[in-house]
Amino acid sequence: MTLDPVLLSRLQWAWVIAWHILLPAFTVGLASYIAVLEGLYFFTGREIWFRISGFWTRIFAVSFGMGVVSGIIMPFQFGTNWSRFTDATADVLSPLMAYEGLMAFFLEASFLGVLLFGRRLVPTWAHFFAAVMVAVGTLFSSFWILATNSWMQTPQGYSFVNGRFEPVDWIAIVFNPSFPYRLLHNVTAFYITTAFVVLGVGAWLLRRARAVEEARTMMRMALDLLILIVPLQMFLGDQHGLNTLEYQPAKLAAIEGRYDTVQPVPLTLFGIPDDDAATMRAAIDIPDLGGLILTHSWNGTIKGLKEWPPDQRPPVAPPFFAFRIMVGIAFIMLFVAAAGQVLRLRGRLWGCVWFLRLAQAVAPLGFVAVIAGWITTEIGRQPWTVYGLLRTADSVSPSLTGADVALSLALYVMVYLIMFPTGIAFMAGLVRRGPQQEEPQFESIESGRPNRPFETAARTGAE
Amino acid sequence: MVLDLVPLWTILLGLAVFYYVVFDGFDLGVGMLYGLAPGDRSLLMNSVAPVWDGNETWLVFGGLGLLTAFPLAFAIIIPALYFPILIMLLALVFRGVAFEFRFKRPALRRFWDGAFCGGSLVATFAQGIVLGTFIQGFKVDGRHFTGTSFDWVTPFALLTGLALVFGYGLLGAAWLVLKTEGDLQEWARRAGRVCLIAVLIAILAVSIWTPLTNVEISRRWFGWPNIALLSPVPIVTALIAFAEWYALTHRHELTPFLGAIGLFLMSYVGIAISLWPMIVPFHYSLWQAASSESTQAFILIGTLFLLPVILMYTAWSYWVFRGKVRADIGYH
Repeated sequence: MTLDPVLLSRLQWAWVIAWHILLPAFTVGLASYIAVLEGLYFFTGREIWFRISGFWTRIFAVSFGMGVVSGIIMPFQFGTNWSRFTDATADVLSPLMAYEGLMAFFLEASFLGVLLFGRRLVPTWAHFFAAVMVAVGTLFSSFWILATNSWMQTPQGYSFVNGRFEPVDWIAIVFNPSFPYRLLHNVTAFYITTAFVVLGVGAWLLRRARAVEEARTMMRMALDLLILIVPLQMFLGDQHGLNTLEYQPAKLAAIEGRYDTVQPVPLTLFGIPDDDAATMRAAIDIPDLGGLILTHSWNGTIKGLKEWPPDQRPPVAPPFFAFRIMVGIAFIMLFVAAAGQVLRLRGRLWGCVWFLRLAQAVAPLGFVAVIAGWITTEIGRQPWTVYGLLRTADSVSPSLTGADVALSLALYVMVYLIMFPTGIAFMAGLVRRGPQQEEPQFESIESGRPNRPFETAARTGAE
Repeated sequence: MVLDLVPLWTILLGLAVFYYVVFDGFDLGVGMLYGLAPGDRSLLMNSVAPVWDGNETWLVFGGLGLLTAFPLAFAIIIPALYFPILIMLLALVFRGVAFEFRFKRPALRRFWDGAFCGGSLVATFAQGIVLGTFIQGFKVDGRHFTGTSFDWVTPFALLTGLALVFGYGLLGAAWLVLKTEGDLQEWARRAGRVCLIAVLIAILAVSIWTPLTNVEISRRWFGWPNIALLSPVPIVTALIAFAEWYALTHRHELTPFLGAIGLFLMSYVGIAISLWPMIVPFHYSLWQAASSESTQAFILIGTLFLLPVILMYTAWSYWVFRGKVRADIGYH
């Protein structure tokens, strides 16, 4: 078997971005949560907000640091492995990526220093301000990078000259047809992911009767948010689906597992897709329902994959299964959010062991859903990098050999397998420590004493 | 043509790269010195803990600036430097997470200490190789790099790799002179002097080697009247070198850092003079590799608004953490 630089470059891209996306999936929501907590502390002065905020800020620091370092790798991937894609699209896409760097990366990274280390150095309002800026930074980050991704899915506002895309209308480029849906769907997914982690951590603390007041507050806040945004997310996902039907019908056909165009359209709950034979084996169908869900009408129709030549069809299995995993998780999430509210209204939430266990068990589900959704949309776009215009196979750097990419992929795998498990274990350690009664003053000094103990003590006393 | 934005973007990108080299340079330098320093090494790490990730994001800005303003250069240079960039990025990952991980697990402390120091060293060396390969030029056909992924293995690139290790070491030592006191500061002064001598030897070697291997560069520096017009470059460099030695041996605290920046600036100017106006040596000029005017204008609007803000709050961050480093402020 010869090593294919295109396939290996795709695997490498998938590897580095799949790990990277886990961090924004968590930090975008957590940054907003911390900003809210800091705001509550600033306006009410109650210590509990300060303690909860401090607890999550320590975890945020680790996850953000990992996000920064794994994020720095991403723009360079465009050059190292996808230089022909870069040459073709840079005039259109590079400013969007540069805006992400400008607006977000700096906003986050610079104010983060104050947020993490400035608690005793700046006044409360400045600390609150830094928290807000970090949160705003993460949202801008999402805005620009999703504009970039959406343009690759639904390009517009360009002219195509000598195999290269030239910008014509920037508003049209940024606000391309799939962008508003993708942005809202993603940011909501990030908030949900964070809320489930907060809920799970709160439940874990509560079951051990530790930091009870803080744990209850965390769970209350998470449940109140979830009962609003989980249904909202289902609505947004449905709207995003309608958008995909209009602009990327081949992707939608792959998601639905439809090879043949039929009317009325059944809903395929499950099956085993066979791309070579272009047929769905062992399919479990519900008649007519597919048309209703996809087109919001009983006699709507969608095109099957056979309408496209075989070299323009995405593989069906990854988007088909990933989509079903994502939707399945959405229903589990809806159940947990609703059950939590019902128990709370009856005043039984805090003693309900099965629910606390369940809340712990579902804490990582947001991450699974994010990855599943990402697989759905990215593999569904294949075989194109720019939908319908630039093929993935024509995007790779021409100088690379399969051996080059195999070596680099092996190195990325090795480093990430050290870094991410360590980071996750480290964050788990911070969770186990729980919220602290007081901000620890000198506990970071393993290797010695403060340089000037008296002066430092005096300063602490003055606070 | 409405307005030629290429000169402006050249200046902006040039400044961004220089900013990155100086600022991440000092924290990479501190990382390398961390492996050698005596006594309380946490102070070294804490001296850069609040600012390192802000510094490192300038690498992204440099990369994105090249991509946005000169995409053809990005599409040729980055694949040509496939492995040096890979190694640099992975090394930066390692040292970056070491900041976070080191303080938690005593059992793994030594591993993460090694990652912090070794990662800094490898990242710096890889950046030096990038520099050397860039100066030597690339094999290009049409709009693509056509060499192999190992073209960067040359004696010259290994020399520039070594040069940058000592260069960042000098910046790091000068930063420590500024941020620490007592024995540690004295040690930093000694380390700085060692690095300074090595850096000067490296600058001299590169200055002789480059014109010897490239006729065009030789003519630019030694042809008349250029030799007279450009003579301030080596003279000022020599003066800064003497001042730096003096500052490192006397009681100056800020001057060594400024002097180290001065040496980097003069080397940078020297390379720019040698290669101007090439952005893909020796195939494409800045103008040939530039993105469309509309692209450059679109991102320029945001840059002109945001860059001053970014610089202001970066300055604010440094102001908040000014003065000698305290042992109680750092990663917990």
